[in-house]
Amino acid sequence: MERAEIESKLNELLVEELGLDADKITPEARFEEDLEVDSLGVVELLMALEDNFGVQIPDEEAESIGTVGQAVDLVVAKLAG
Amino acid sequence: MTGVALVTGASRGIGRAIALRLAEDGFSVAVNYASSKARAAAVVDEIASAGASAMAVQADVRDPDAVSSMFESVTAELGPVAVLVNNAGITDDGLLLRMTVDQWDNVMNTNLRSTFLCTKAALRSMVRSRAGRIINISSVSGISGNPGQGNYAASKAGIIGFTKSVAKEVGSRGITVNAIAPGFIQTDMTSALGDNVTDAVAERIALGRLGLPEEVASVVGYLASDGASYITGQTIVVDGGLTL
Repeated sequence: MERAEIESKLNELLVEELGLDADKITPEARFEEDLEVDSLGVVELLMALEDNFGVQIPDEEAESIGTVGQAVDLVVAKLAG
Repeated sequence: MTGVALVTGASRGIGRAIALRLAEDGFSVAVNYASSKARAAAVVDEIASAGASAMAVQADVRDPDAVSSMFESVTAELGPVAVLVNNAGITDDGLLLRMTVDQWDNVMNTNLRSTFLCTKAALRSMVRSRAGRIINISSVSGISGNPGQGNYAASKAGIIGFTKSVAKEVGSRGITVNAIAPGFIQTDMTSALGDNVTDAVAERIALGRLGLPEEVASVVGYLASDGASYITGQTIVVDGGLTL
C-alpha cells in the first residue's frame, strides 16, 4: 500500500470512527491537543488501525503516536516490516 | 433498548431467569453455558416458544480464546451485543485455613476473570456504537463478607470495584456499567446449603423469605431498559433486607 493511500484511509477512519472534523486533520495535527481525542479515543484509533490495516501495535509502540503523521509513519513501517 | 443480550451462565438459576426476562423485554438472547448443554437448549426453546429469538452458545468464560469465539458467533448469528450480563459464577466454600489454592483460583477465575474477559470483548463494539449496557452479578457476600467464602466474597467485591472503574472509563461513550448484589436466592447454589441453613437465614431477612431468581432478573431488565439510562457504576442490592 502506498503512503498516500494509507494516509487517505487513515483520515477516513478518523472521521468515521472517531467523529473528527475532516478540516482539522493535517499531518501535523496532534491527537490530544489539537484534535481533542481523549485517552479512550486513542485506544479506539489503535483498534481501528489494527482492524483496518491488519497490523498489531503493542502499547510501547503506540506511545510514539502523537500526531496524525506519526500514525501514518507507524502503519507504513509496520506494513513494510 | 432493543438488540442482542448475552447472558453468561444462563442455563440455570439466576442466569436462566435473566435470559427469559430479557427475551420477554424484546431482546434477542444469547444463552451462554459451560457444560449444561441440555439445560441451555431448554432455555432457548422456552424463549423461542414465546416467539422471541435466542441461541445457545457454549464457552468456558475463563478462557480468552473461547470468549472471543463466543462473541464472534453471537455477532454473526444475532448481531452485535448491546447488553452483556456477566452472571456466570460458582462457589467453592471452605474456611480460609483449609482453603486450597485451587479453590481460590477456580472461584476467582470463574467469577472475576470471566467478567474482565467478557466485558473487554463486549466493549469493542459498544465503544464503536456509542451505546451499551453491562450488568455484573455480584453478591451481598462481596459487600458484607461471609465466613467460608473468602474466595467468593473476594471475587464478588472485585466485581464491584471493576464495575465502578469501567463505568468511569466508558461513560463518555454512552455505555453504562452496573452491578447487582443478590442476597439469598432460591437456586441450586443455595439449596445445596440444606433446609436448616436456609430457615435460619430467612429469619435474618427483613422480608422473611429467600428471593426468587425472577426478582433479580427484573432488576437486570430495568438496568437494561431506557429508564435506567442515567444510572452507572452502581451496585443494586437485591436481598430482601438481609444486609440492613
